[in-house]
Amino acid sequence: MKKFAMKLIGSCSLLLLFLTGCTNRIAVLNPQGPVARQQYHLIIWSVILTAFIFAVVLIIFIYVLVKFGRKNNHAGYDPNNHGNTKLEITWTLIPVVICILLAVPTIKTLFALEGPPKPTEGLSKKEPITINVTSADWKWIFRYPKDGIQTVNYVVIPEDTPVKFNLFADSAMNSFWVPELGGQQYTMPDMPMKLWLQADHVGDYLGRSANFSGRGFAGMQFHVLSKTDADYKAWIQTIKDTKPALTMSTYEDLLKPSNVKTMAFSSYPKELDDKDKKAMKKMKHMEHMDIPENHLDLNSKDNDMGGMDMSNDSMKGGK
Amino acid sequence: MIENIKSFLGSFFVTGDPMIYGADASIALATIGIVFYLTYFKKWKWLWDEWLTTVDHKKIGIMYIIAAILMLFRGGVDALLMRAQLIIPNNTFLTSQHYNEIFTTHGTIMIFFMAMPFIFGLMNIAIPLQIGARDVAFPFLNAVSFWLFFLAAMLFNISFVIGGSPDAGWTSYAPLAGLKLDPGVGENYYLVALQISGIGTLATGVNFLVTIFKMRAPGMTLFKMPMFTWSTLVTSIIIIFAFPVLTIALALMSIDRLFGAHFFTIEAGGSPMMWANLFWIWGHPEVYIVLIPVLGIFSEVISTFAHKTLFGYKAMVWSMIAISVLSFTTWLHHFFTMGNTAWVNSFFSVSTMIIAIPTGVKIFNWLFTLNKGRIEFTTAMLWALAFIPNFTIGGITGVMLSLAPADYQYHNSYFLIAHFHNVLIAGTVFGVFAGLHYWWPKMFGHVLNERLGKWAFWVFMISYNICFLPMYFIGLMGMTRRMYTFPSGLGWEPLNLVITLGAFGMGVGFLIMVWMIVYSAKYGKRDTTGDPWNGRTLEWATSSPAPEYNFAHIPQVETVDAFAHMKEKGTAGNIYKAPFQAIHMPNDTGIPFILSVFFFIAGFGLVFEWYWMAIPGTIGIIVSMIVRSFKDHEDHHHIPAEEVEQTERAAGRLS
Ligand code: HEM
Ligand SMILES: [Cu+2]
Repeated sequence: MKKFAMKLIGSCSLLLLFLTGCTNRIAVLNPQGPVARQQYHLIIWSVILTAFIFAVVLIIFIYVLVKFGRKNNHAGYDPNNHGNTKLEITWTLIPVVICILLAVPTIKTLFALEGPPKPTEGLSKKEPITINVTSADWKWIFRYPKDGIQTVNYVVIPEDTPVKFNLFADSAMNSFWVPELGGQQYTMPDMPMKLWLQADHVGDYLGRSANFSGRGFAGMQFHVLSKTDADYKAWIQTIKDTKPALTMSTYEDLLKPSNVKTMAFSSYPKELDDKDKKAMKKMKHMEHMDIPENHLDLNSKDNDMGGMDMSNDSMKGGK
Repeated sequence: MIENIKSFLGSFFVTGDPMIYGADASIALATIGIVFYLTYFKKWKWLWDEWLTTVDHKKIGIMYIIAAILMLFRGGVDALLMRAQLIIPNNTFLTSQHYNEIFTTHGTIMIFFMAMPFIFGLMNIAIPLQIGARDVAFPFLNAVSFWLFFLAAMLFNISFVIGGSPDAGWTSYAPLAGLKLDPGVGENYYLVALQISGIGTLATGVNFLVTIFKMRAPGMTLFKMPMFTWSTLVTSIIIIFAFPVLTIALALMSIDRLFGAHFFTIEAGGSPMMWANLFWIWGHPEVYIVLIPVLGIFSEVISTFAHKTLFGYKAMVWSMIAISVLSFTTWLHHFFTMGNTAWVNSFFSVSTMIIAIPTGVKIFNWLFTLNKGRIEFTTAMLWALAFIPNFTIGGITGVMLSLAPADYQYHNSYFLIAHFHNVLIAGTVFGVFAGLHYWWPKMFGHVLNERLGKWAFWVFMISYNICFLPMYFIGLMGMTRRMYTFPSGLGWEPLNLVITLGAFGMGVGFLIMVWMIVYSAKYGKRDTTGDPWNGRTLEWATSSPAPEYNFAHIPQVETVDAFAHMKEKGTAGNIYKAPFQAIHMPNDTGIPFILSVFFFIAGFGLVFEWYWMAIPGTIGIIVSMIVRSFKDHEDHHHIPAEEVEQTERAAGRLS
């Protein structure tokens, strides 16, 4: 039985090494924004408390096995030892305390995540921006209602600015997850939702769908690029100047099941914003949306497919 | 005409994949082999008389366990195929569609056709014996339950080669599982097969509830029941409350798919989220249905091999009851990330973490049962001991998942996969393995080989940790469940390789176990006493294997650990003391089997929407029930006193 104990201790310390050694590869343990950081603190706090419980269990476990597992050792054998009220109350109450210690920060964090993240210390408070996200089979579509541009499978955000992602789904449910910036939220066809995220610095953060949505699901990966304010503004201008406009028929093609590479469009049909707004009005518990009323007049006659990079190698196999 | 037939066959049989053809061939060969064996050795009558028509709880238990081991093999092969696909990035061993079908069948088979039947098998073997009864309360219904499960499992399994398997995950979320996004018969298989086996499960719940309430030996009050009996009682109650929800959910989705309704589709105002709610209102209690019975098994095994009475009996019982109640208040933790308000998520976070309290109480009670004991390291005990630390890991990660804001980061990632395998394998699988070793002599009259058993244990247990511990980290790295492949360059390669190696190690452990069973059947030590472990509860009071009537005389119970107490007082022999009396027993009957075959026919018809087949099948079901109603009066017989005496003498109980 000693061997068993050694093995357990060995593997635990290995895991610890692993944890401290290469956290930068472990996205969730490498938070790059205030949302992910709040969740990270909660995770670490829960690891500490539960590791304490595990340690207690393990110590008692090893102790009883070593002490009472030896052959021919009858010392202390007591077949009728059937209970001990004091002990039993102790190991009921300690978990109760631990639950309280976990519940309080959990609830606090839940309410904190409802709104935009607090500005990072030492930096000025910036106006939040809004991006509408639609998951389709099997790609991510991002619309910037204020600037009137659309991207696919990548999204650019200004650093250190709260971003409100309004989440929609065109077909199946998916889940919008950028682990380094914060936890996920589903996209649902009948229920728009929102997710606040914010990046501390300039960077490239990988996101993917976390909810299975069919054959092309594994390819539902996207990048979140965080840029300085100046670069962000310049990027928007470049998209407007150099990319084609999105027409309704191109958009409908885009919704058809396929995996595609990244794309960008200088504009998109106004109906899409109306559709998003309508969906959100239905959701009573969402607060009023900040979609501008005077929408840019979009040049929707431009039917150039040049910006589309529909790769035909959609997921192999299947019916 | 020929073209029509060709295209029909092309869509009826799954085609185009060499592995499927391999499966076709091996199924055909196995069937021919079995038919040949039965015919050549003139075993058809034996099969019918001894097994297909039996209502004996012990034989039904054995059939459950055989079927469950077969399904463990099938589900295990699925798991190895998945892991083979994920051994390297961008692998092309499986296509996306194939992978999706395999994780769906893996999950569904493991839960419905492996974990539950294995547990029901052990319940069938042990419960009537533990409470000193001659059979369950409704032996006929018990056979119906088994055959419904078995034929539903067969129905589900043939989807692999006929028509195509379901591919929307074992959770079958709408709208993905709806007709629009998932045409084809795969999801129909899921809905119909689970519906049929669900009826069987509900009947099992009712059966064991009544058995335990009404058929205990005189003197056995509720608080003198063995712990496995308690756990079965609690489980039966959970089944009775939870399974109707599944029945309704499956029925509604079947109506959606077969008749074009819109309960769970968006088009006509249906709600996909309603499916998630219904599924998990059943689904969370379900995980306790496969957990609580094994907690009972661990209590029996730990107390027996620590040679000590269970520590904190009352606390054990009340914590189980608390868990069963709480299990109905936590379902929403499966979709914290579906846009709930902070209040809702707070409630379900707290209700979930509270379950850790009674669970913790149980862990400490087991530890203190070991304390001051005389621990004997049999294979059954090794599985029970390994359960404690391994399950605790699953438990604490469960607590971590219950913190909703943290769950936003774990949800649907490999972290979750690691967590629930830590509880399902260290809990359910270790538990049924412990129970298998423990009750094997009672089932077959010989003990399983300890040396091979220990090899299987160490190989399986270590591989299990190699397989599942790295999953926590790869989940935190951002790898999600149900990905049929992963890109290179994200640093996911090494851990995926290790996980796959661990999975194959578990496969080796399983093979050693199968070999151990075969080897022990030949060379296993005979159990002539009926009490190979110096047991504490009544199942060890009768001979091994137990006679058809279980006990020549119904035992008198005075305390917990009734048999240990009898042995102390020297009254254990009263159970088989002459003179004997005739014993009243239920008759064998073929109706449960025939009824279930009609269910299969009707079910297959529904899957393909062939009403010319579904309707006669349904009529067959109704006719079987009517026939049964008129045969009610002739369903029992008496075993004469002389025959009882002979049996007891043959078992070496009379000198
Ligand atoms: C033999 C060892 C096992 C291995 C190596 C294994 C491996 C896996 C893997 C890798 C997945 C994730 C697949 C994916 O999401 O891509 C999975 C899913 C699953 N496993 Fe296992 N598993 C094993 C045993 C079990 C057992 C014993 C049970 C239940 C009692 C079980 C129940 C499930 C369930 C319910 C799922 C979810 C399926 C879904 O996503 O729909 N597994 N398993
Ligand atoms: Cu749950």
